Amino acid sequence: MIGQLFTDIGSLWNKYSSVYLTGILNTLILAVTATLIGCIIGFFCGILQTIPYSPKDNIVKRILLKLIRVIIRVYVEVFRGTPMILQAVFIYYGLPYFFGVSFKDVWTVSIIVVSINTGAYMAESVRGGIMSIDPGQFEGAKAIGMNHWQTMLYIVLPQTLRNIMPQIGNNYIINVKDTSVMFIIGFSDFFAVHKMVSGAVFKYFPSAFMEMGGYLFLTLVSSFLLRKFEKKLAGKPNYELVNADQLVMSAGNYNFPNEAGSPFEEKSKEYEGEGK
Amino acid sequence: MSEHILEIRHLSKAFGSHAVLKDIDFTVDKGDVTSIIGASGSGKSTLLRCINLLETLTTGEILYHGQDVTKGKINASAYRAKVGMVFQNFNLFNNLTVLANCMIGQQKVAKVAKEEARQRAIYYLNKVGMAPYINARPDQISGGQKQRVAIARALAMEPEVLLFDEPTSALDPEMVGEVLDVMKSLAKDRMTMLVVTHEMAFARDVSTHVVYMADGVIEEEGEPAKIFSNPESLRTREFLKRILNA
Repeated sequence: MIGQLFTDIGSLWNKYSSVYLTGILNTLILAVTATLIGCIIGFFCGILQTIPYSPKDNIVKRILLKLIRVIIRVYVEVFRGTPMILQAVFIYYGLPYFFGVSFKDVWTVSIIVVSINTGAYMAESVRGGIMSIDPGQFEGAKAIGMNHWQTMLYIVLPQTLRNIMPQIGNNYIINVKDTSVMFIIGFSDFFAVHKMVSGAVFKYFPSAFMEMGGYLFLTLVSSFLLRKFEKKLAGKPNYELVNADQLVMSAGNYNFPNEAGSPFEEKSKEYEGEGK
Repeated sequence: MSEHILEIRHLSKAFGSHAVLKDIDFTVDKGDVTSIIGASGSGKSTLLRCINLLETLTTGEILYHGQDVTKGKINASAYRAKVGMVFQNFNLFNNLTVLANCMIGQQKVAKVAKEEARQRAIYYLNKVGMAPYINARPDQISGGQKQRVAIARALAMEPEVLLFDEPTSALDPEMVGEVLDVMKSLAKDRMTMLVVTHEMAFARDVSTHVVYMADGVIEEEGEPAKIFSNPESLRTREFLKRILNA
């Protein structure tokens, strides 16, 4: 029986390998693109949602920020709260009502649907990631004169990215698998290939077996790469002490840019005579 | 105009109905090392946070070289860059190395060129004895080392005044000394400092001016010798007796 299974798989592969491989490629392209766009949407929403405002700010700013939060809230709830397969149908048949039939492009619609879905989940992950950053990081940045955007860009978001990397990985792996629902609008991903091939040659189980192996392979490789990337983000586990002499040399050559001098007046009264 | 670097006038701060600071008045001049002492909850840290605009005042004003910084006439970021702050919990940037921590403010806020920022950062890290650690991340060094880096980070902005918010309170006892030594060397170099502290030896021996706070008001202030040996107020006397005999 096992022998029969492998014979069937062999014959399927001989005949349809290029179709299966194209399916895998399409799945990967869609998953990677949509995850990246989804992350951008997520970071954008997460950042907008966490702009601080206080009752002392002017009314326009407060209303605007409140409005932004409401819009993002609605977006997140709608796309998190409805099935992606339905969203695909909704948008695929909905767009022609507004943009004419020419907009009925499967790739475009698939990328849009999966991206905004991922974005809805990521928005919450990013918001949580930003909220989990120690308030001391914000204060430390403020105290050296950084404004809100500089603080976010150079201090908070790099730390947020590192903290939510596991969630990004999660979303990516979910996307590798769940893009399969896009067969509903005719997207020819890896799973759609199974429907097509097994329908043609009636070898349902061998094809499903290949699909299982294929998807598992894709996700395992992805997990491995994501872990590698996480490690890279975490930085080196060790650091090297730097030879103090070299540093003293370069520090000694440094001239104070301001006339007033530094708090460590090297040219203070104590040393004044020696220099001349 | 005014000789004072900082002039605090009628500063009050309330959290809801709870008044933390009541009508605080005092000035900071160039070269002053002012220690603010007092029991926990007396409003010392809040005062320092108000001065750095991390808290908004309820009433009153803070004059920086005669200009009020609380009314938005002076850009808060530009003002903060000139008034450095060292926190109890260091607040070093966890995603950056020791060197980058000391460079980022210079590059992004003061718009100093990269190489110069690097030189300046190393200069100040060397001053606090942390130059060999430039490649380390904050989570790889000890508390005392972190605080010294935090001091170097603040110094690298070349501020006019440095505010210290209980800089040794979160440290293990054996690390307090290394941070205090750095602060002493700063005092010796005539850095203008405003230090909230529980280290009475520092307040007495290093500072030029001592402010004793109790229940959100300045109970007494003056030269350390006078405050420590012959305080006028009964509360000051009792606080000092309690803390020095502890």
